[in-house]
Amino acid sequence: MANKVAIVGVAQNAGCESKDNYYDQAYQVTRELLDKTGLKKDDIGTFISASSDIFHGGISCANAYYWETTGAFLKNGSRQDGESLFALFYGAMRIMSGHYDTALVIALCKGSENPSNESCTLMYADPFYQRGVGLNETLAAALQMKLYMKKSRITAEQCAKVAVKNLGNALGNPYAHRRGRYSVEDVLKSELVADPLTELQVAPKSEGIVAMLLASEEKAKKITKKPVWIKGFGSSLDSYILGDRDLLNGQLRNAANRAYKMARITDPGKQIDLAEISEPYAFQELLWMEDLGLCSPGGGGKMIDSGKTEKNGALPINPSGGVLANNPYVSRGLQRAVEAVLQMRGEAGERQVEKRVKTALAHGTHGFAGQCHAVAVLGR
Amino acid sequence: MTKEYKTIKTELRLPYELAYGATWTRFFEGMQEKKIYGTKCPKCGKVLVPARSFCPKCFVDTDKWVEVSQEGKLTAWSYTNYRYFGQPVDPPFIGALIRLDGTDVDLLHLVGGIDLKNFDEVKRTIKNGMKVKAVWSDERKGHILDIRYFEPV
Ligand SMILES: [Zn+2]
Repeated sequence: MANKVAIVGVAQNAGCESKDNYYDQAYQVTRELLDKTGLKKDDIGTFISASSDIFHGGISCANAYYWETTGAFLKNGSRQDGESLFALFYGAMRIMSGHYDTALVIALCKGSENPSNESCTLMYADPFYQRGVGLNETLAAALQMKLYMKKSRITAEQCAKVAVKNLGNALGNPYAHRRGRYSVEDVLKSELVADPLTELQVAPKSEGIVAMLLASEEKAKKITKKPVWIKGFGSSLDSYILGDRDLLNGQLRNAANRAYKMARITDPGKQIDLAEISEPYAFQELLWMEDLGLCSPGGGGKMIDSGKTEKNGALPINPSGGVLANNPYVSRGLQRAVEAVLQMRGEAGERQVEKRVKTALAHGTHGFAGQCHAVAVLGR
Repeated sequence: MTKEYKTIKTELRLPYELAYGATWTRFFEGMQEKKIYGTKCPKCGKVLVPARSFCPKCFVDTDKWVEVSQEGKLTAWSYTNYRYFGQPVDPPFIGALIRLDGTDVDLLHLVGGIDLKNFDEVKRTIKNGMKVKAVWSDERKGHILDIRYFEPV
């Protein structure tokens, strides 16, 4: 990357239902971030917010809400809808431009107030061809899972193991919305949602205001002793109509390769120490691992069986519990980056992995069956 | 469900009116006459269903209308049995990707014409790759559900 950009501070709130209002919560998380980094509102150069103000907000006018609660009013800032990891990219680019030395990036979602993810994502489907037959994120994922199990010979048990691992990891995460010790049988016997997906393999609907402060190299050194550098980022978006797409050969490989090229990663399975992957549906962690090159194509099932992706395995995946444990719909991608930062700084508390994390990956996804993917590579 | 703390209940309910445009108008007029139309890409030769004015991959205008078969093969299916606000199809239903004969993409629709109450029964009947055919509604309005569902042949 041309100019180095660091993440110098992070803050987030808990995923469970809160009786606080959105307005106050956004302020509280911003306040916490400023206090942690020792900066004042007026010290911040630029702002990027990520939110879905209609579907996952019901507010419809975000300017009123987030602009003052995050201290962004009177500043040069911008807003982004959809996958929140993009807000990190835009913030980084603003600093890379040389015009700003700090950027506050914040993703906002208060799932407990919203209609179900099923209802919201039905509205992502066009009203001509796809909405009328009930396309939403869960149906798209169920169809993708069927194809994946068949093509890669992934078993229902291997998919369920992802939920067992992640909900177990979440026991160490105070911000998680859902956590617990479950068996493979518990997961498979939980209520059928859209065959073959059962309830414990489907992410909940959580709250999550997630913020981070980015800084230029020079500024970063003044703010923290533990900067985490943004080494590379990439994204790719597949075409829209579900039936046009090859659901097992999506755009994550492209997104990852773009990030890897920037970060000079040539062997991701060896060079990446830890990954936080967005897996709103359990099996997707396996499929996305393959696409990210963290295991061989078709090797996702073997990878989970091997135990390598456990919290203290050789390549921990989602030690936070991932999206299955906490799904603030819009904020989930940026939350993956926050969790990766905490691991690299050794500040992840009970969920801290044993191994030393030098390079970590954060992934976000939005749309049907991973239509849109964003990948960030972070390094110490 | 009423929450234990003070909340305000609010809705965003706003009417929109969206144009079908020439290509989709023709596709849905076809549906009213129990015909399924696709369009063909002059570059890759693929037949796209539902009809599109351009091929998204090649990014050129499609140049030919093709009436496609009402039969095809099941690419993937999911038995869905839960409810949510705004759901357009009453559960239980089977959402499916169907490759109509002579086309090169999957059409998203429903599989029906069998007893859907018992999932174990459904699993015995419905298989990937099986042949299905369109079953038309008697009252057609130029809507995707003018085809009620696809049933096993
Ligand atoms: Zn073409």
